Amino acid sequence: MEELTSFISDNLLMVYILVFAIFLGMEVISKVPTVLHTPLMSGANAISGVVVIGAILLIRQASTDDYLVLILGFLGIALAMINVVGGYAVTDRMLDMFKKKKSKI
Amino acid sequence: METSLYDFLYLISIVLFIIGLKRLSSPDTARNGNLIAAAGMGLAIIVSLIYPLDSGSNNYGWVTGGMVVGSAIGYTAARKVKMTAMPEMVSLFNGLGGACAMMISLVEFYNYPANTPLLNGAVFTTLFALFIGSISFTGSLVAYGKLEGFLRDSLVLPAPKIVNVVLLIAILVLGGYVLSLPDLNFTLVLVFLALSLFYGITFVTPIGGGDMPVVISLLNSFTGIGAALAGLIYNNQVMLVGGILVGASGTILTILMCKAMNRSLFNVIVGGFSSKGGASGDGREQVVREATPSDLAIELKYASKVIVVPGYGLAVAQAQHVVHELESMLEEEGVNFMYAIHPVAGRMPGHMNVLLAEADVDYPKLLELESANKEMPTTDVVLVIGANDVVNPAAKDDTSSPIYGMPILDVELAKNVVVLKRSMSTGYAGIQNPLFFGEKTRMLFGDAKSSLNKLKEEVDQA
Repeated sequence: MEELTSFISDNLLMVYILVFAIFLGMEVISKVPTVLHTPLMSGANAISGVVVIGAILLIRQASTDDYLVLILGFLGIALAMINVVGGYAVTDRMLDMFKKKKSKI
Repeated sequence: METSLYDFLYLISIVLFIIGLKRLSSPDTARNGNLIAAAGMGLAIIVSLIYPLDSGSNNYGWVTGGMVVGSAIGYTAARKVKMTAMPEMVSLFNGLGGACAMMISLVEFYNYPANTPLLNGAVFTTLFALFIGSISFTGSLVAYGKLEGFLRDSLVLPAPKIVNVVLLIAILVLGGYVLSLPDLNFTLVLVFLALSLFYGITFVTPIGGGDMPVVISLLNSFTGIGAALAGLIYNNQVMLVGGILVGASGTILTILMCKAMNRSLFNVIVGGFSSKGGASGDGREQVVREATPSDLAIELKYASKVIVVPGYGLAVAQAQHVVHELESMLEEEGVNFMYAIHPVAGRMPGHMNVLLAEADVDYPKLLELESANKEMPTTDVVLVIGANDVVNPAAKDDTSSPIYGMPILDVELAKNVVVLKRSMSTGYAGIQNPLFFGEKTRMLFGDAKSSLNKLKEEVDQA
């Protein structure tokens, strides 16, 4: 328990950010028309690819001969980039259809 | 080294994420919002590439390689995927994000300094990220398999509830044990990983395909949480905020979806749709009446109001364009043609809206559940195209039905109901639909696209 409280006090700022971000996320999202649920899910999914930054930092911190870390990190980056690029591209494609609609009306 | 400039750039990308998400939630600004969020991601990635580090040899070759390979695959997949297969794609992408969180945590453990006590927040966070990432990875793959159809709903593990509870307890106990050891036992971490991966499979497998949207949304928020935990490990604010934003949005979306089905999240996860129960129709011989395209065409032509209820069958058959063509033909005849969109029609909320938008259907023609139900009594013909559970009256009057309580489209209030369906097989919830045996109901069997094409020809000739 002590370790946990010390971890929280050591990372107090991060914990604050975490709590505020939860509220912010719920506030930003809560008013969405059903039409946009699928694109929103897809767009949010692309944002979750932000985990790629972790993989980038991980590889950059590794030494050149640490092949296990390099290979795992490489895979991590590749997989997360599929999530990021694919996610944004697919969302854009979906939303493009709504836009076409708009210009016609 | 001076890092404040880089930290400031990180802050900008966080703001871009938030603005992007905000704009994504309104139809007029959605596309722009997506691009803003993408710009935020681009900036965050660039900053993390040049961020000054105390140690390490950068290994830019590996970084570039991974980024090029991933981007190329992701971009190609996103360009090539059919609009109907969108839920599968999102699920697959999501699983890969989870896999990345999993790998990061694994490497963190691999690099963990020897002879350091483990009972601290950092290790706990890493272990949690490993767990969440693994579930998200294998769970999303199972969801993908179920939607793609190569994993059947009938694939049932023995006693899924017991297996799940036992696994979860084993994972918690093992996690606690790993934390309490004086030194890191990497083998046990690997066992923990294996159990978590397996739990992802057993967690999603018993859940019926009809509930997949809820599960994907839930797993999406898991991946977000995994990214946020990784952000805690790296003390990186972008990952933390970005991940939590997704975690919160995924959770809200999950709850919205559950509400649309009038079920609790707990019910979806633990209950699952079982194929027993709601066995209405068993025991007595029930007759279905078949419709012929030529009769139906004449009926449609002289109807004053027609409502289409699209479902997953329409998506599978890629029939959205044909239905729009039929709509234009009948409108020329003076028919008032509309679409009734159930919140969970298809495999994701809004799935049908996306599909029909692709086929250039006018937005005002899409009615939401409540306004559609108001129109039903004055409607001449309702065409149910590849939908099943969302029009199942058992949800209203059969308390034993697993979908009891879910709001449905009251198609039986219309003067005539025609169901376009491939066969008499049940919907994703795996239950029989009394609507098909109703007095006003006729069935038009066959693939939605070819049935509609035949119908179009007949309308043309009639």
